[in-house]
Amino acid sequence: MTDIQATDAASGAGGTAEDDAFRVIEARELCLTFETNDGPVHALSNVDLTVDRGEFVSFIGPSGCGKTTLLRVIADLEKATAGTISVNGMSPEEARRKRAYGYVFQAAALYPWRTIAGNVALPLEIMGLDKAERAERIARNLELVNLSGFERKFPWQLSGGMQQRASIARALAVEPDLLLMDEPFGALDEIVRDHLNEQLNQLWDRTNKTVIFVTHSIPEAVFLSTKIVVMSPRPGRVHDVIDCNLPRERTLDIRETPEFLEIAHRVRDGLRAGHAYDDE
Amino acid sequence: MSRSVPLTVLAGGIALLAGLAIQIISADAVWSPSYGLAAALLASSYLLAIVWRHGAAAAFLLLAIVHLAAIPLIGHIGHGEGEMGPAYWALLISGWLAAWTSVTRLTAAARSVPPSARQAINLLIPFVFGVWLILIWEAVTRGAGIPQVLLPAPSAVWAKLIASLPILWADFVQTFMKAVIAGYVLGCGIGFGTAILVDRSPFLKRGLMPVGNMVSALPIIGVAPIMVMWFGFDWQSKAAVVVIMTFFPMLVNTLEGLSASSAMQRDLMRTYAASYSQTLLKLRLVEALPFIFNALKINSTLALIGAIVSEFFGTPIVGMGFRISTEVGRMNVDMVWAEIAVAALAGSAFYGSLVLIERTLTFWHPSNR
Repeated sequence: MTDIQATDAASGAGGTAEDDAFRVIEARELCLTFETNDGPVHALSNVDLTVDRGEFVSFIGPSGCGKTTLLRVIADLEKATAGTISVNGMSPEEARRKRAYGYVFQAAALYPWRTIAGNVALPLEIMGLDKAERAERIARNLELVNLSGFERKFPWQLSGGMQQRASIARALAVEPDLLLMDEPFGALDEIVRDHLNEQLNQLWDRTNKTVIFVTHSIPEAVFLSTKIVVMSPRPGRVHDVIDCNLPRERTLDIRETPEFLEIAHRVRDGLRAGHAYDDE
Repeated sequence: MSRSVPLTVLAGGIALLAGLAIQIISADAVWSPSYGLAAALLASSYLLAIVWRHGAAAAFLLLAIVHLAAIPLIGHIGHGEGEMGPAYWALLISGWLAAWTSVTRLTAAARSVPPSARQAINLLIPFVFGVWLILIWEAVTRGAGIPQVLLPAPSAVWAKLIASLPILWADFVQTFMKAVIAGYVLGCGIGFGTAILVDRSPFLKRGLMPVGNMVSALPIIGVAPIMVMWFGFDWQSKAAVVVIMTFFPMLVNTLEGLSASSAMQRDLMRTYAASYSQTLLKLRLVEALPFIFNALKINSTLALIGAIVSEFFGTPIVGMGFRISTEVGRMNVDMVWAEIAVAALAGSAFYGSLVLIERTLTFWHPSNR
């Protein structure tokens, strides 16, 4: 029942883009089971998902619903045990080898022995770019996240919010069309989080990238997304897919509007229903 | 709190007065101008300690007076070697307590001075401690007439050291420059290389590591006679002992360090499609640096011990271990101590330079920044 709903909603959103060139993620009946000492854990169960170019898709759900696992399968950090998934028309492994995405982790995960500029340079060095190209990309992406002037600082000299911005610049420096973000602002306080949400919205609007964003905050998901995937746990599955047709360019004030509150309400209902199902 | 006189000042003052009283009443006391001068300087230092208690200037003045007093305190022994009585020991204790007071004051003053001066004070304090250790050693050995075979005075060791510089240098070259350096570089290098190989091979990790952990706990110095049989009497057999001693600590520590990077950091490298060698060089080896330096530091002392002790089992007629074992047999204990001093100096310099290199390379580590 829920799977059909999810597929309906997904095809509804992607209805205008039948052309495969616009399809960034395509997952069908994706399953992932971890074998543990307490028996198998179904982290993902029959997940169907489509993401089109330029979308901002949030995965939302309680802990253990598989939202991070799904993101890690897309990034080829985990392997699905059943089902099919393609990223940019390739297998996740091919996409990873072609550096098709940038990944932002829950923590900034900056290397403490490298300066901010050095951290942004890390993927560029691995890609084998020459020095001039590296310098150009470092400057451009640090400016994009408002960190110009902090090139020579070390990560531990910066605040948590600035560190996370640097890690976003590092992911952007690879110049991927797809940005995967795993609760990037989860460890930050409310004020910094609001501010970074606004900046991320502007960044997405300006660069026209596809973003997949994992969160467990409803306002964050509604504020940022064009599509919200509501997930529920045990087994991890897609409960509902909610379209979020707010204007592309958003300010924090939008959170007071009826449209926003209506969508937030639907997300909350979806989360609650997912839980009720679990309690039975 | 600030009204009361500190215990060190009280005890030192009492010791000073007691010393003077005994000196005056006892019939066989040794008199000299040095005794009076030392007593006068110590008395003024205690007066100063009571009157002017706070600030870096007071602490430094106190320190200066106390160390000025140390000169006649040692000089007085010359007027009666081995005949020092209670009057002298009381004065010595009083001097030691005055030095203690000055260091306490200096530590307190260090909190209110700029960081650069604080760093200088932090270096000065262990230096003062070392100076008084040697002063008391000198005073006790000479003042109480302790036989040289049991414990020579530092001044005697110093004299011997200066007189036998060419021999000490030859021994140093033989033991340190040849056996220690060659064995250390080889042992650490092979240990490091093996760790990289073991890290790549699960079979080696399962098979070699339990053996490695066991061997690193064995007293490897026991193989020294076997090494002499294998590699001859010269430095090569000592270097071989050092190689065996340093290999396993390096192997075990490097392996531990290679697994020090977090899963998230390794995932990050995976998302960049980084190769094995890129991940190794840009992430895992850097994270392993504190562990590798730990092994390098442990090995610097192990190497020196290994090289010196293995010379006890057969050597040409040069080398620090050889000199120690033969001179002790000839009762030339001052020469033994001179060798020990050279070994201590070389070992500290070795260890210290490793610490300096470590600080520059791991400035980012939470323990250093």
